[in-house]
Amino acid sequence: MSDNDADLEIGPEERRPHRVIGTPPPAAGILTDPGRGDGEDEAPAAEPWIPADNPDPVSAKNWERVAALLFTLSALASVGFVAAYVGLEIGNKNGDVVDATLRSNLALGTALSVAMLAIGIGMVIWVRYIMPPVEVSEARHPLASDPEDRAAFAETILEGAAASQLTKRPLLRRTLLAAVLPVAAAPLIVLRDLGPLPGTSLRSTVWKKGTRLTVYGSNQPITPADFNSPGAMITVIPEGYADNDEVLAKATVIIIKMEPGQLKIPTRYNDGVNGPHTLLNSMNWTVDNIVAYSKICTHVGCPAALYEQTTHKILCPCHQSTFDAETGATVLFGPAPRPLPQLPITVDAEGYLVAQSDFQEPVGPSFWERG
Amino acid sequence: MRWITARRRRPLFGYAAVLLALVALGSLYAAATGLGSTGNASASSGSSSSQITEGKNLFAVSCASCHGEDAQGSSVAPSLVGAGAAAVDFQVGTGRMPLKETDAEAPRKPPVFTQSQIYAIAAYVASLGGGPAIPSDQDVSTAGASTGLGQSLFNANCAQCHNYSGAGGALTAGKYAPPLTQATSRQIYEAMLTGPEAMPVFNNTTLTPQDKRDIIAYVEQTRSEANPGGFSLGRVGPTTEGLVAWLGGIGALVLAAMWITAKRREERTGEIR
Amino acid sequence: MSTTQHRPLQMPKPLAKQGGELDDRFHAAKGVRTLLRKVFPDHWTFLLGEIALYSFIILILTGIFLTLFFQPSMSEVVYHGSYTKLDGVRMSQAYASTLNISFDVRGGLLMRQIHHWAADVFLAAIICHLLRIFFTGAYRKPRETNWLIGLGMFTLGIFEGFLGYSMPDDLLSGTGVRIAEGVLLGIPVVGTYLSFFLFGGQFPGNEFVARFYIIHVLLIPGLLLALVSAHLFLMVHQKHTQMPGAGRTNNNVVGQPMYPYFAIKTGAFFFFVFGVLALLGTFAQINPIWQVGPYTPVAISAGSQPDFYMGFLEGSLRIFPNWTWDIGGHTIAWNVLIPALVILGFLFTVLGVWPFVERWATGDKSYHNVNQKPRNAPTRTGVGMAGVVFYGIMWLEGANDLIAVHLQIPLYTLTEVARYAVFIGPVIAFWITRRICIGLQRRDAAMLEHGVETGIIQQLPNGGFAEAERPVTPEEAAELIELPPPSVTEVRSDTDENGLPAPARRGLAGRVQARAHDYFVEGISLAPPANGHTNGHGTNGHGTNGHNGHGEVESGERAAIGSGPSGDRADDEA
Repeated sequence: MSDNDADLEIGPEERRPHRVIGTPPPAAGILTDPGRGDGEDEAPAAEPWIPADNPDPVSAKNWERVAALLFTLSALASVGFVAAYVGLEIGNKNGDVVDATLRSNLALGTALSVAMLAIGIGMVIWVRYIMPPVEVSEARHPLASDPEDRAAFAETILEGAAASQLTKRPLLRRTLLAAVLPVAAAPLIVLRDLGPLPGTSLRSTVWKKGTRLTVYGSNQPITPADFNSPGAMITVIPEGYADNDEVLAKATVIIIKMEPGQLKIPTRYNDGVNGPHTLLNSMNWTVDNIVAYSKICTHVGCPAALYEQTTHKILCPCHQSTFDAETGATVLFGPAPRPLPQLPITVDAEGYLVAQSDFQEPVGPSFWERG
Repeated sequence: MRWITARRRRPLFGYAAVLLALVALGSLYAAATGLGSTGNASASSGSSSSQITEGKNLFAVSCASCHGEDAQGSSVAPSLVGAGAAAVDFQVGTGRMPLKETDAEAPRKPPVFTQSQIYAIAAYVASLGGGPAIPSDQDVSTAGASTGLGQSLFNANCAQCHNYSGAGGALTAGKYAPPLTQATSRQIYEAMLTGPEAMPVFNNTTLTPQDKRDIIAYVEQTRSEANPGGFSLGRVGPTTEGLVAWLGGIGALVLAAMWITAKRREERTGEIR
Repeated sequence: MSTTQHRPLQMPKPLAKQGGELDDRFHAAKGVRTLLRKVFPDHWTFLLGEIALYSFIILILTGIFLTLFFQPSMSEVVYHGSYTKLDGVRMSQAYASTLNISFDVRGGLLMRQIHHWAADVFLAAIICHLLRIFFTGAYRKPRETNWLIGLGMFTLGIFEGFLGYSMPDDLLSGTGVRIAEGVLLGIPVVGTYLSFFLFGGQFPGNEFVARFYIIHVLLIPGLLLALVSAHLFLMVHQKHTQMPGAGRTNNNVVGQPMYPYFAIKTGAFFFFVFGVLALLGTFAQINPIWQVGPYTPVAISAGSQPDFYMGFLEGSLRIFPNWTWDIGGHTIAWNVLIPALVILGFLFTVLGVWPFVERWATGDKSYHNVNQKPRNAPTRTGVGMAGVVFYGIMWLEGANDLIAVHLQIPLYTLTEVARYAVFIGPVIAFWITRRICIGLQRRDAAMLEHGVETGIIQQLPNGGFAEAERPVTPEEAAELIELPPPSVTEVRSDTDENGLPAPARRGLAGRVQARAHDYFVEGISLAPPANGHTNGHGTNGHGTNGHNGHGEVESGERAAIGSGPSGDRADDEA
């Protein structure tokens, strides 16, 4: 640190800062003159902008060792990363797949974390404890241009506008505009084939007279005698559609078995535009105290499936809309606006639970054309 | 022994000692009666009249105050006629019954009765009128079960309350679906069979015994498998992940940012002249 | 120590030659030098945006890795892979390939987890950055454009995160997509069409993963990259703001130069961000899709929550009442429209117009390069806290089922409370925050006037006790006193010289603006009495810089951003 005693020379190509002036060490808390506007042409400063040496070489040397240690550690960790990649097999070739993944993830991740953090910590030590501390100041220049520049700019724009003739020739201007607007609409048009038009497809499901109710998962049809425990609930789907998510997204149903007398489903008609004679709920749509409701919440379509057999509440776990299974899944709480649609069910000749018809109203969330 | 006397002055030690003594006593008793917690379910099927009598006596002491002398139920508790042995084994075996206080949800507790006493009570309740029997070891064996099918059934019928990982979840009015971390395979089976508290019933003609075994196998494998990605964060989804991102991620990085930009002492004391 | 003599610095010949060749072609010496000498202020809150920037870079790096293995396809497969628990389960190719990344690709799980953690940290950092900018008024002229760009990136980031979350087609994310579909359906007139076009038909269809994928990996990252570039360019071009402090004026930037200091610091910070995200990816399991299971519209999990940045929308959907209208054969789903779309739009609109509203209300058209302490703008800080509470309540409500279970509060009670709290909470927060700010200003003023309490108790000659006080140091004073803006501001006064309402205050619009102005300006800078302050402050070597702040306080009780006659300050170019 003693060898920087050479005299200061300022050559013509000297790239010495000369706008703002720093104070060299050991006065460490350096703050320069804020500079007044354009200081570019001020006389060159006699001192460097930032100092070359740390005022505390002993401490800097110690920190250098720490940083070097950290950088070495990082290098080792990176080697470890490669070793862990090569050395630790995953998959279920040797033993449990989850444990193998755990080992691999732990080894790779630890190595990567150490490699990254060691570099990061080492660099901060470098800049904070090895490099000389500085605080410098830079002048801001006004963002607004000079009035002359603005005037010149405006002139250029106006000259160009005049030369383009657009200001004088409305016909040219308007037809160009008329040409550009349809072009801008074209990108929207070509998106049309992204999907079919909705039509009335949201109004109906695949349930129809005689469609059997099958237990989701095992795909077995079900008889009232099978489903005979009061308090029972199960998710059922129309027979033959177990692999069709689009169908299931609307047609999934829960059936609930109640004690005799617990079901108090009112006879309810649609009072909307679909005509007053559309039946929406009925005790006649139940079989042997078994009632079927759409599982698709009328709020935003989550499966409303959380059934409390003690209170006969159906809760949707997404937004906690709550429906009363006793009275036609009427809304008790939450953001859902309508009861869960009831599926009319009966038994077929073989004694299996079947639908009497489709739902009598659209299932799932509100949509504009629902009415 | 000095360490005991040294600690005896601490108030908690008294409770600990009592608890220890009780546990020791219970273990001795269990060993003496020759029926541990792994007792065979044949107790329920081949229930002797003496077992029923023992159960009746235990019932009279611990259960009748709420469920009535003949288990016919009361204003505070349901009738147990027809509830079946499986329901008793579940409720008493998970410590939910006898109930300490009426709350929205009966929590799982260490059982009060030994397994043989539970079988006795179960035999008594079963003698009052049918109901599902306690499943046998074979019923709940997961050997050869399909966890894949179990997954489909679990997500369609169980996850809405118990969470995808069996971590449990909220119900209405302070009730909750308990986590499935402690339930034995028999208890899971019994819960599906009998529908304890707010839980719906999944009887054997709707979810077949094989379906149930698939579900149990899935639950057991899920809860026993390691978390390959690190700590599980409770396996409750993005909520705890968000907390960790803020507290762990942003928190750690803000600390790093503070270190990087902190003024050193000599900088701080620098004067402007 | 060495004396302050220095050798001339000499560029090594080969480097000089190379540099010369480059400069011959790019004319870069002057410009690059300016860039190298660019001064960056040193304050930890100025690194919040960098967390977001570096998370974004890590998202791109890990994301590229993931694209090499992920199959964005919804075609159905029956799984027979390494993860035997799901053997025989029907799932989409997207889900199966995510299982494959997790269990069969070495480092795949780590990359997935770092990617997901980086997304969470990216958005959390954006929120922190945004709050810092808001509460310190750093969006004021000339930085309104960058504020808007930032908001644009925030919005894009939310959508980008949601799309990424949807990629694996697991039960949780599928539920999120289902909810999004429900929200789309709720849009009047065009909702069903939008939904059918997005999903290629009825939900879930066979398209959405592939479509989301291309938006997720190409469209939005491209937009984000462009906006990030613009954001950084403007930041460099307009220069940083800085926190108030000694020697910091509206005409300078105090800090450390880019080369070499800031470059090393920011480089180090990149490694910190990467390291912390790697730690999270190693030790904190995120989105374990193998536990969640594949999506099926039949199933649902308790505790279905989105990632945290969508949480406030989830919460607002939960608390909003079930209002819908059936009119003339059409359904208007207010219960979906308002909580999901109107509230989202409302939040971002308020944030977007805020700089202009404040500018209109205060009449402050000047440049601001020194940030305000939050206490010095009580109305803004109050509005900000009201927004935080509004957002926070909905955010908490988005996890109400977990809160209900763990704090044992009935679910409906939480929702009922939240329904009121979401209106009352922000008002209370606004009022309390404003009072606190004004109280803190009074304390600052008292400190400037009387000095700092030292904690040393002295006995007085008459037997009483008093606490010794020392005058504030210039550094402390510089942090306390707010700088006036450098340029001439429009002086607004209630009355003209004849005692009549000023022209700007006449008419309805004028009166509204006048009221807003008074409210914004009221309470700002409760200045210490001019006399006590002049003595304690103007003489102790504060120099020109100190004089600026000092003059502002003198301008009286209504000295405020742009409201005082600060234009006559000798602060402009000499």
